[in-house]
Amino acid sequence: MKDKTVSTSEERFRDLLLKGLAGDAALYHVFLRELSTHLRSFLRRRLSRLPDDVEDLVQETLLAIHNQRHTYDADQPVTAWVHAIARYKLVDLLRSRSRREVLNDPLDDQLDVFTESETEAVDARRDLAVLLEQLPDNQRLPIVHMRLEGLSVIETARVTGMSESAVKVGVHRGLKALAVLIRSDHED
Amino acid sequence: MKTDDLIQLLASDTAAVQPRVWRQRYALALGAGVIGALLLMVGMLGVRPDIAVVAQIPAFWVKFAFPGAVAAGVLLVAMRLSRPGVPLGLAPWVIPVPVLALWLLGVIELAGATPEQREVLFWGTTWATCPVYVALLSVPAFIALLWVMKSLAPTRLALAGAMAGLLAGTVGAATYALYCPESGASFLGVWYLIGMLVPTALGAIMGPRVLRW
Repeated sequence: MKDKTVSTSEERFRDLLLKGLAGDAALYHVFLRELSTHLRSFLRRRLSRLPDDVEDLVQETLLAIHNQRHTYDADQPVTAWVHAIARYKLVDLLRSRSRREVLNDPLDDQLDVFTESETEAVDARRDLAVLLEQLPDNQRLPIVHMRLEGLSVIETARVTGMSESAVKVGVHRGLKALAVLIRSDHED
Repeated sequence: MKTDDLIQLLASDTAAVQPRVWRQRYALALGAGVIGALLLMVGMLGVRPDIAVVAQIPAFWVKFAFPGAVAAGVLLVAMRLSRPGVPLGLAPWVIPVPVLALWLLGVIELAGATPEQREVLFWGTTWATCPVYVALLSVPAFIALLWVMKSLAPTRLALAGAMAGLLAGTVGAATYALYCPESGASFLGVWYLIGMLVPTALGAIMGPRVLRW
């Protein structure tokens, strides 16, 4: 029974991801949404001692999956690929956290009563919107207009006076730069 | 930012992705590494003047076959290390095969030689500089391959750095072979190998720092 659900979600993820990689934005959106639910329970199970960090890690992993999506091979199970990325980000977080604890006071050991359901999104502690502010205008403006105001590429191009391709490149580079900012955020 | 907003944002960046782009990137990096090494060598050392003559001796070609065979195994491992969740399988076991074969060849060669010949075969006249040049000539490929490795998504950073370094080392070795006056199999199996292991060690040390993503 369990095997069946696993293989069904594998097939569905694979189908959605491959269409997304081919350029289907709507199906890629569905993929990321369903994946975020999957990742949340995957990471929550492995990060039970740091429940407040789960949503940050979900976001960081989603961003990494997106930025590194060219490393997916259709021959490979999507879940193996996704889990390897999630585990890499998890280890990275734990490593930087243990380094920090050596330097600073240990984290408060208050009891976190955990009420959210397994898959429900909570607010992330680190606000990516704040990190976004550090990006240069040609990356930040396309991201802000497309995300906050829900504008299309064409509308964003008109509002910012950038060309459509510059808007697309700006979003693309901005997302890569955002991943770098998150990483240096860990190290501070 | 809420996770749903982030997803919305990510989904807006949908340039189609070229399948198996890593193959092309490794090919480009190796090509750039070879060209860089050739330029460095011609600038630093020149090409041996008798190259047209020695090119007819089989031992000359062993000097390319050895790093070439190592490179084939390392490339296989490096491409698997570049992508998350891809098992290495038996690929790492391919890497020592050409080394062992060359050592066997070296032992046979030394066994059949007189003591004076042995000294020439093993030490040659350039044993001290050979590893240095092999390592120096691997620098362009080293930079290009680390850059490619970083553009992909390795999860075992020290190992990934080591494999990028070893692959660069094979480029350095094959390029230096155009200049190197030695031809003993035991010479190759020791001094070339040491030269190739320098960038390997450097890659293993640098990997965890420079390959993070």
